[in-house]
Amino acid sequence: MITKVRNHPSQNEALLFERSSPGKKAYQLPALDVPPVDAAEALGAANVRAGIEGFPEVSEVEAIRHFTRLSTWNYAIDHGMYPLGSCTMKYNPRINELVARIDGLAWSHPYQPEALAQGSMEVMARVEAALAEITGMDAVTLQPAAGAHGELTGILLIRALLEKRGNPRKKILIPDSAHGTNPATAAIAGYMVQNIKSSDTGVLDVSALDQIVDRDVAALMVTNPNTLGVFEHNIIQAAEILHKKGAMLYMDGANMNALVGIARPGDFGVDVMHLNLHKTFSTPHGGGGPGAGPVAVKKAFEPFLPAPRLKRSARKWTWDYKRKHSIGRVKAFYGNFGVLVRALAYILAHGGEGLRNATVDAVLNAVYIRKQLEPYFDLPYSSPNMHEVVFSDHRQAALGVHTGDIAKRLIDYGFHPYTVSFPLIVHGALMIEPTETEGKLELDEFVGAMISIAKEAETEPQLVKNAPYGTRTSRVDEVAAARKPVLRWKP
Amino acid sequence: MLEVCGVASPEELFSHLPEAVRLARPLNLPPGISEYEIVDYFRARADENLAGFTSFLGAGVYRHFRPVLVDTVVSRGEFLTSYTPYQAEIAQGTLTTIFEFQTMICQLTGMDVANASMYDGSTAVPEAAMMAARVTGKGRALIARSAHPEYREVLRTYARYQGMPVEEFGYLSETGTIDLEDLERKMDSLTGAVIIQSPNFFGIVDQVKAAAEIAHRRGALLVVVFTEAVSLGILEPPAEADIVAGELQSFAISPSYGGPYAGIIATKEKFIRQMPGRLVGQTVDSRGNRAFCLTLATREQHIRREKATSNICTNQALIALMAAVFMTVYGKQGLRELAEQNLAKAHYLAAKFPPRFQGKFFNEFVARVEGRTPEELNRALLKHKIIGGLPLGRFYPELADSMLLCATEMSRRTDMDALVAQSATLPAAKEVLA
Amino acid sequence: MYPENFRYTKEHEWVLVEGDTGTVGITDHAQQELGDIVYVDLPKPGARLEQGKSLGSVESVKAVSDVYAPVSGEVLEINPALADAPETLNSDPHGAAWLVKLRLSAPAEVANLMSAADYQAYIGAEK
Repeated sequence: MITKVRNHPSQNEALLFERSSPGKKAYQLPALDVPPVDAAEALGAANVRAGIEGFPEVSEVEAIRHFTRLSTWNYAIDHGMYPLGSCTMKYNPRINELVARIDGLAWSHPYQPEALAQGSMEVMARVEAALAEITGMDAVTLQPAAGAHGELTGILLIRALLEKRGNPRKKILIPDSAHGTNPATAAIAGYMVQNIKSSDTGVLDVSALDQIVDRDVAALMVTNPNTLGVFEHNIIQAAEILHKKGAMLYMDGANMNALVGIARPGDFGVDVMHLNLHKTFSTPHGGGGPGAGPVAVKKAFEPFLPAPRLKRSARKWTWDYKRKHSIGRVKAFYGNFGVLVRALAYILAHGGEGLRNATVDAVLNAVYIRKQLEPYFDLPYSSPNMHEVVFSDHRQAALGVHTGDIAKRLIDYGFHPYTVSFPLIVHGALMIEPTETEGKLELDEFVGAMISIAKEAETEPQLVKNAPYGTRTSRVDEVAAARKPVLRWKP
Repeated sequence: MLEVCGVASPEELFSHLPEAVRLARPLNLPPGISEYEIVDYFRARADENLAGFTSFLGAGVYRHFRPVLVDTVVSRGEFLTSYTPYQAEIAQGTLTTIFEFQTMICQLTGMDVANASMYDGSTAVPEAAMMAARVTGKGRALIARSAHPEYREVLRTYARYQGMPVEEFGYLSETGTIDLEDLERKMDSLTGAVIIQSPNFFGIVDQVKAAAEIAHRRGALLVVVFTEAVSLGILEPPAEADIVAGELQSFAISPSYGGPYAGIIATKEKFIRQMPGRLVGQTVDSRGNRAFCLTLATREQHIRREKATSNICTNQALIALMAAVFMTVYGKQGLRELAEQNLAKAHYLAAKFPPRFQGKFFNEFVARVEGRTPEELNRALLKHKIIGGLPLGRFYPELADSMLLCATEMSRRTDMDALVAQSATLPAAKEVLA
Repeated sequence: MYPENFRYTKEHEWVLVEGDTGTVGITDHAQQELGDIVYVDLPKPGARLEQGKSLGSVESVKAVSDVYAPVSGEVLEINPALADAPETLNSDPHGAAWLVKLRLSAPAEVANLMSAADYQAYIGAEK
């Protein structure tokens, strides 16, 4: 039975361009306190444009109603559980938003004199130190803007160190369970990708790794816990194999929410890793960003970190640009500062003990879901899971119901779907990550919904296959969108 | 819950982790603090930044008023706390705003298609260069020295390991516009991208048409970069470009010490398949209603993996939404008026602070500092709570005697007059007055 | 279902050889596996293809599959209809939705390919 939601009307809303009428405006500007300038004269007549064809013309009330109405068409963490595996959709505390908007931080210009930016720099230094402690690494750069950007930075760092040692090598090893960003990143960093197969238990096959690693391998990129939610228990041996042959261990920190306060990558042999502050450290996803992807490294990589680096001298923070071994900049200025502020607020709120408790709760929630759903869904890997659990649609597929169908039906029960069809090593994957945010009530509601759908798949498969029913938009035609792309409004 | 999980204590959930990987001590971080203390901590940091100064800094990050509606909209949990809109049925809010965003960026830039956003302007540049290389099959990129120095650095970092040689071409010392002869000289048959910025780093409206002509004649694409999006309210869009790579910080995105901002890539229809980043397209749902969804995803890393057009995954969706709300609030008339105010303010300031270059400028310009270094002038100005322009010696040794000054609609006439007055006062004279 | 006069690859392409010309496409089995095809990427006329190397790709909404040349040769012609109507690959993969025509440079290679019966046995076993 669907208990979490009932239907209620949602407003229709046209596109901005369809709502516009000439002359309407929502802005206010002060009267100009200097003489006006003739644009044609100041810029050259040929450089001055006519009005922007089609640009919106709406009133302030129309503007706010427009965006408010559209917002009600979204599902969000604020509505309920958002169990997207590997995405760590945890609650985004509003204190984070408040502090990021404090004038002295929000309006600090990246080129304002260092003497007038000590507060911003102190915040960054504090984030660097906290992340170094959490990861067990020696140095941190905050410059990368998101996870994939951090990966690129990290692989370039590995390349730089290997180059300094005489040979940048040719290949990056990537397990078949990895995120797509890993191989895409390796390619941009100028490496060939060699995929390696996971073992029967869903983890790195260390003896196979020992065979594969040779002088051409620059690094292994591994997510730990991996995308099955399983801790790579051979990670220390894997690191030894790599190090013995002069290769590096890169860790994708997407799943760090399973480890904070429990285990530190720096202690189990990782050389370079990135974090996703918009996952583990509660900064909002915002419908797809912004994020921040700090990279943490062992000491040997420190000279190569992107310039500039924070430096303490004469009891002041300064930016050190004279870094002759640096891989260079990966982004203008210093990083997504506003995201760093939010992450630091989260770290301060929790403290060391609170961060660890969050990890414990996240794992407890995922194991709880696994135990409750195991009788109803096929569990392809029985290894103990941590913060997420991956089922397959094996049983339901036999009835013609696939993971994508179950996901869509979950919407009718008032939940956001889990991650569908990933990782690729599980055919028809259902990847569920509850995070520590959910209490037992919401978890039970979710478990009840999943069990109910499993039963529907047996008794009324068609019901599941055509879901969702309760949304204002039914299944969208993605095929038509791709065959004849319409990527902008036209009159 | 513990019983269901079959454990006696939560600690047991971690018993399968090898002893050697477990952290045997608590994290060395102070205990958690309350909301009140957190606000206090950050207020104290903000105070160390010594806010309350008048600033004439631009150089890629501009002070523009943020309409109140912007934060009202992006603070809604439905936008703030949702994920990338892969589940179209329950993400039409985000998808529709992105579709509107893409449309407005096209209208603004004169391009056919725009993506849902890049990290920022600086990273949009190498993405545009890589895209040009895919389209032309030629990896070499030429970038104007008058493009943002930090953007050029980012391009070099990305290009280094991709067989993508990057070279720079100069600007004319009289006008501050690109040196077309130098560009012509450095063009060769291996060049796939010519990259210029307009208005350029010196604030000057640059020669898009002439650069396009040279690039196209030699089979390269022209990439036009912008850092000051407000300029597009009044300037002819760079329609001759093949790719536009821009930064939207000016559209209601607070300077925030360098980020998060939002970049964009816009291009011609024929290059869609080589575009990086997410795209939203229009379609219908099973009931025949208009609907939107992410589309052409086969370009992206989660499908094409090592052959993807880019490794970008998370972008800047919420920041792009800020820009979309900003464009909606200002609209057709407002963006023009805003641009006119910027133009007027900068020209007012320039009348008292003669520009070094003769090129036409929008809201920032290079001024030579007489009698002392720009750094010395700035130190003197700080005593009057004025942050002067950006001294250029750091990026352009030949301009070590100059600074880049910016005025926007937020620059009051009285502040500009104070800047002029304090700049005119030589240090020695000022000591006497003091 | 699978025409007798075609020859087939393990990667699910077919080729119809007539004189020194070969017409290449993907099999019905391939289009079924891919689902709704939304885009086809083909080489330019004049391109030289090598047996077993990628000649282009076909895309569904959430997958990209390389298409491999069943035989070596020079591309004479590409199917102009597919750009606007990629869905033809779903409806008529062995007919109207041929991908490229080429001039065979090593006709002996055809001997490496499967007959219709062999191919049907092959996909039966693959399932």
